[in-house]
Amino acid sequence: MNVEAIKDLLYRIGDDDLILGHRQSEWTGIGPILEEDIAFSSMAQDEIGHAQAYYVILNELFGEPTPDQIGFGRKSDAFRSSQLVEYPIGDYAFSLMRHALYDLAESIRLEELTRSSFRPLAELAKKLLREERYHYLHATTWLKQLGRATDEANRNLQAALDFAYPIAFSLFEPTAQDAAIFADGIQAPESELETRWVEAVEALMKECGLKVPNVADKTAHYGGRQGKHTPHLEKLLAEMDEVFAIDTNAVW
Amino acid sequence: MITQDEVYEALQEVKDPEIPVISVVDLGVIRDVLIDENGAVVVQLTPTFAGCPAINHMKENIVQVLTAHGVKESRVDVMYNEPWSTNLISPRGRVLLKDFGLSPPPAFDGMLTLEVLQNAVCPKCSSNNTFLISPFGPTACRAVHHCRNCQETFEQFKPL
Repeated sequence: MNVEAIKDLLYRIGDDDLILGHRQSEWTGIGPILEEDIAFSSMAQDEIGHAQAYYVILNELFGEPTPDQIGFGRKSDAFRSSQLVEYPIGDYAFSLMRHALYDLAESIRLEELTRSSFRPLAELAKKLLREERYHYLHATTWLKQLGRATDEANRNLQAALDFAYPIAFSLFEPTAQDAAIFADGIQAPESELETRWVEAVEALMKECGLKVPNVADKTAHYGGRQGKHTPHLEKLLAEMDEVFAIDTNAVW
Repeated sequence: MITQDEVYEALQEVKDPEIPVISVVDLGVIRDVLIDENGAVVVQLTPTFAGCPAINHMKENIVQVLTAHGVKESRVDVMYNEPWSTNLISPRGRVLLKDFGLSPPPAFDGMLTLEVLQNAVCPKCSSNNTFLISPFGPTACRAVHHCRNCQETFEQFKPL
C-alpha cells in the first residue's frame, strides 16, 4: 500500500470539498429564493461533512493532524484543492454552473472510488455517492429549467459556462502520484476521469440548450494540486479560520 | 453484567435530536454492540449523512444512557463501512416518523433513481398525488414535497 499516494489523493478531494462547501455556505441568508438558500446551505453541510470524513481517514490511519487542524490550521500553500473551488460565489448563474460542473466530476470520481483497492476509501465512496445523487439532481434540474427558460437566463448561464468550464479542468490536474495511484488500483488516472467528465458535461449542456466552449489550454488553471492558488483562497481562509485561530486548542 | 439485548433496549432511550420521536435503534444506525468479558461495551454507530451534526450528540447520549444503566465502561465507534441506508429504518420507526408528520422514505433497491426521490406519500392524507418541491429541507435528511390532494406542504425523510 503506497501511503504517500493515498494521502495525496485524500488531501486533494478533502480540500476540494471543504473549500467548495465553505463557498456554498456563503449563500446562506442571501439565496435568490428560499429553497435555493436552503439547498446551498444543505449542500455546504454535506460537502464539509465529506471533507471531514476524508480527514478522519488521514488522521486515524495515517497519523496526520486532527480533522479540525487539517481543515482550519493550514496556510494556503498547504491546500491541495483545485482552483475552481476557491473562486468567489459571483452571481447565482456562476455558483449554479460551478456546482453542476463540480458535482458531475465528483459523482464520476466517487463512482470510480467505490472500486478502489483502498477499502476504507471504497466504503466511504459508496456512502458519499448516495448523498451526491441529491446534489446532482439539484444542479441538473435547475440547469435544464433555466437553460431553456428566457433568453436572459440562457445568456447568463452561457456566460457562466464560458467562464467556469476552462477553470474546471483544474479538478483533473494530475500530481506526481498519479501513476502510483493508478498502479496500486486506488483510482484511474486523472486524464481518464477527465474524459468521462467531458462527455457527461457535453451531454448535459446539450439538454440545457448551452454550448460547451473550446478550451485551448486546459492546464491554464493548474497549480492548486501543488499548493499554488489564486489570491481568492487566502481571503477565504482568513475568514474561515478566524474563529479557530483565536484559540486552536478550544474544546467545542 | 449487561447483555446485548439489554443494551439495545437501553438505546431505545437515545433519540435522534432532530427527530426526537425515533431512537437510534429504530433509525438503524446501530451497526453492532460488543461486550467484553469485563462488561465494557462498544457501540458501533454509522452516520445517516456524513455531515450530520447530530452524530456527536448521539455519541454522548449513548454513553450517558449506558452509564445510567450501570455500564461502567463504554465507547462509541463511528463506522463508515456498509453505509447506512433509509431501508434500515425499522417498521416501528416508519410509523413513528409518519405520526411525527414526516413522510417515511420509500424502500428502494440498489441505486437511488429520480423516480424514488420524487415519490413521497403525504403524511396527512396518505395520498400519492404529490410532487417534490426541493430535495433539501430544514435538515440534511429532509426533502420538501407538496400534496395535490390536501394541499399540505410536507417534509419527507428522504431516501438514502
